[in-house]
Amino acid sequence: MKIKFILNGKKTVVDVPGGMRLIDLLREKLNLTGTREGCGKGECGACTVLLDGKPVNSCLILAAQVDGRDILTIEGLQKGDSLDPVQRAYIDTAAVQCGFCTSGFILATKSLLNENPDPLDEEIKRGIAGNLCRCTGYAKIFDAVKTAAEYIKEEN
Amino acid sequence: MADEKDKLKVVGTRVIRTDAFDKVTGRTRYSADVNAVGQLFGSVLHSEYPHAEILEIDTSEVERLEGVRAVVTREDIPGAKYFGGVIPNQTVFAVDKVRYYGDGISAVAADTPELAEAAKLLIKVKYKPLPVLSDAREGLRADAPKVFPEGNLCKHHKVRKGNVEKGFAEADLIIEREYSTQRIEHSYLEPEAVVAELSEDGGIKIIGSIQNLFSARRAVASVLNLPLNKVRLIQAPLGGSFGGKDEAVTVLFCRAALLAIKCGRPIKLVNSREDSFRESYKRHPYFMRYKAGVKSDGTFTAMEIDITADAGAYASMSPFVTWRSVVQATGPYRVPNVKTDVRAVYTNNNYTGAMRGFGSPQVNFAVESFIDEIAEELGINPLELRLKNAFVDGDITATGQKLNHKVSLGEALKTIAERSDFVSKWETSRKSSSRDVRKGIGISCSYRGVSLGAEGTDAASVLVSIQSDGSVIVETGLVDMGQGAATAISIIVAEGLGIDIEKIHFLNADTSRVPDSGPTVASRTTIMAGNAAKNACEILNERIKRVVSGEKDLGFEEKVAICFREGISLYAVGHYKSPKTTWDEENGYGDAYFTFVYGANISEVEVDMRTGKAKVDKFYAIHDVGRVVSLSGAEGQVYGGVAMGMGYALLEDFHQTDGIPDFKNFDEYLLTTAADIPKMEVEFLQNPDKAGPYGAKSLGEPSTEIVAPAIANAVYNATGKRIRNLPLTLERVLIGRELVRPSKRGSEIARGEK
Repeated sequence: MKIKFILNGKKTVVDVPGGMRLIDLLREKLNLTGTREGCGKGECGACTVLLDGKPVNSCLILAAQVDGRDILTIEGLQKGDSLDPVQRAYIDTAAVQCGFCTSGFILATKSLLNENPDPLDEEIKRGIAGNLCRCTGYAKIFDAVKTAAEYIKEEN
Repeated sequence: MADEKDKLKVVGTRVIRTDAFDKVTGRTRYSADVNAVGQLFGSVLHSEYPHAEILEIDTSEVERLEGVRAVVTREDIPGAKYFGGVIPNQTVFAVDKVRYYGDGISAVAADTPELAEAAKLLIKVKYKPLPVLSDAREGLRADAPKVFPEGNLCKHHKVRKGNVEKGFAEADLIIEREYSTQRIEHSYLEPEAVVAELSEDGGIKIIGSIQNLFSARRAVASVLNLPLNKVRLIQAPLGGSFGGKDEAVTVLFCRAALLAIKCGRPIKLVNSREDSFRESYKRHPYFMRYKAGVKSDGTFTAMEIDITADAGAYASMSPFVTWRSVVQATGPYRVPNVKTDVRAVYTNNNYTGAMRGFGSPQVNFAVESFIDEIAEELGINPLELRLKNAFVDGDITATGQKLNHKVSLGEALKTIAERSDFVSKWETSRKSSSRDVRKGIGISCSYRGVSLGAEGTDAASVLVSIQSDGSVIVETGLVDMGQGAATAISIIVAEGLGIDIEKIHFLNADTSRVPDSGPTVASRTTIMAGNAAKNACEILNERIKRVVSGEKDLGFEEKVAICFREGISLYAVGHYKSPKTTWDEENGYGDAYFTFVYGANISEVEVDMRTGKAKVDKFYAIHDVGRVVSLSGAEGQVYGGVAMGMGYALLEDFHQTDGIPDFKNFDEYLLTTAADIPKMEVEFLQNPDKAGPYGAKSLGEPSTEIVAPAIANAVYNATGKRIRNLPLTLERVLIGRELVRPSKRGSEIARGEK
């Protein structure tokens, strides 16, 4: 079936089989491999993308469901040469280790800060508790979220 | 060395991780993101039983299927049918029988992953199920099912020092306890993946998520009957490993290679999380008996330790894991008389192998709980008992080794106790009688042998190649699996050459391009590759100096340009071989490791006395790393180690019922999440070691190996309940045991049914 949607700001039209998952459309058909598959069950959050601005596990969504909607993946965050403030914050706070969870965390952070530009510590924890990380112990990810909030304020 | 620290420009600072940009933009290509032109997709058929003879494998139906390009079984292996780094007894595809539920029987290559998945189910396998050995403690009994015909003992290590009988006779108090730890899953976020391709030279090229390229290459070469120089393994960026991709990926390499050879096309083989859980090895469950003799003033007179480790179905790293356990089992304490036995026993559970800590988290949980129990019996504060017996400079370990470096254990313990106000909190919490929420605080400490020690050859090489524009390429056989090796080694090269780290490009390992540097394990990368990198820089600096010595005030680029004009090679291979270690296997003693690191942890907990839930409130960690190389990276290692240790202490238990795993994915097997993380305070002691580059030693494993006992000791401090079995689930904290459904339901018991 043919679906039309906005992908990283661009109108996109693709033909997909009915049963295709969004993650497979992104990774296999559109070569956007920055979306990672860690569990295929919606538990680890490595495949998080933003659907109309809200974080979803792309392994649990059918490609057909995004028809007419807006999808943002990690590849769509960067504007030309300049990184998104959330990406910069993850670099500057050393919140990246193996990096397999990073795309998902950055998008979860993006969504959290869109909704709540000044989150309290507990709100940060809740906001990213749907994403698993085995390397960092999350401590520097908390720093990254706080730093990203500051960067966003500085830009506005 | 204090002077040296002031002179260091890059070492010890906060630098941006060399791979951070690629990772935040998503452009890092992990193994599953790699595609080869014309590739097919592989899928592996696993065993239906944990232990069974294979009577027949019929692949005829699947072979006729359109879109299926190759099916491989034991029949298609040209070379060795068994592989393994220490004892080669693991199969690529089951030969005569299956020994665990994750054994592979066959693999299929097809045009799509979906077809490969579906097609493999058409393979007909006839089994004769055999009795399952699921408890390692029963494995050495005469009537136990035999995993291997020669018996179930995989390895027996011992340590003998003095005379324990004499030691016990001198003791005022003899105390005996039993502890156990559980099987856990590495849970790297990236499941294993490989892409194998025939190369034009008649060899094979495989890219994959691999931690130990050289042992995997030996396995592939022997299975395919190829010389090592025709087997090229390339490491893709790793999405975590923690010891897991040391060997768990080896079967994927072999299977993908066999499929590629059979159909002449590239093969992509990607494990689902379910495949990964089912197939990969785990951390060893340990069953530990500790007996100590102690004087009433707290002086130890003897320790006798007997440990059984569940090796699972294959040897893997069990012989080495249990060796580290036997060396370190008595903890960092002076004990004049020691008798320790550790036996690794085969079972039909998932095989067990390398995992961050490598045999230390188990014995540290036991001995650090035990010290607290002894302190309680003697009426001595647990900090005081530790300080009384803790190693100091020049002490002799349980294996008879003299510690001839700075032993900072006392400094670590005192510093962390002061930071956390340990003694007064410990005294207050013991008195709590609240029925709602109680607070507690617990301490633990360790010493850890750096690098491989006497378990194996310990050497590494690093290639440093200065380009004509002054940029630098660095390559080594040791890998960055997320821990930050690329950054740490780049820092050492930047320091060594006196350049900015931005000038350096660190390449992933490629077995055909770099010398065998052994495995990226044992927290050895910073010290081994770091020393080799420093050596390469020294060689290059010497060459540069010879050409440009008269010309002062030249920048690095100018000097490099002169060297290139003069035809001087600025490509150098740095090498480092570790200082000598020894081990007498027969008599159980030796200079096991060339140096040691020391650390201490303190955990504060809140225990809900109504539910049994223990929550870690605050965590303190202190580690003497010799020298911090990458400050942000070092902190990240400790935070991550603590979170992993918290999972070990409180949540994780990869339980198997009669050999079959109870868990398939992260919906059932729970890890520490952001919501569980306490405030963490991390501190580093820096006593530079003469064996380390700029004095640096190890950190990756120390950071996770004493978290669980600190938490268990804190739970005791809060509740007065000593829990000797990990993890500290709600049930264990509340009622002291696991809840298990009786084999008969209540109604059946009431009716008196048998």
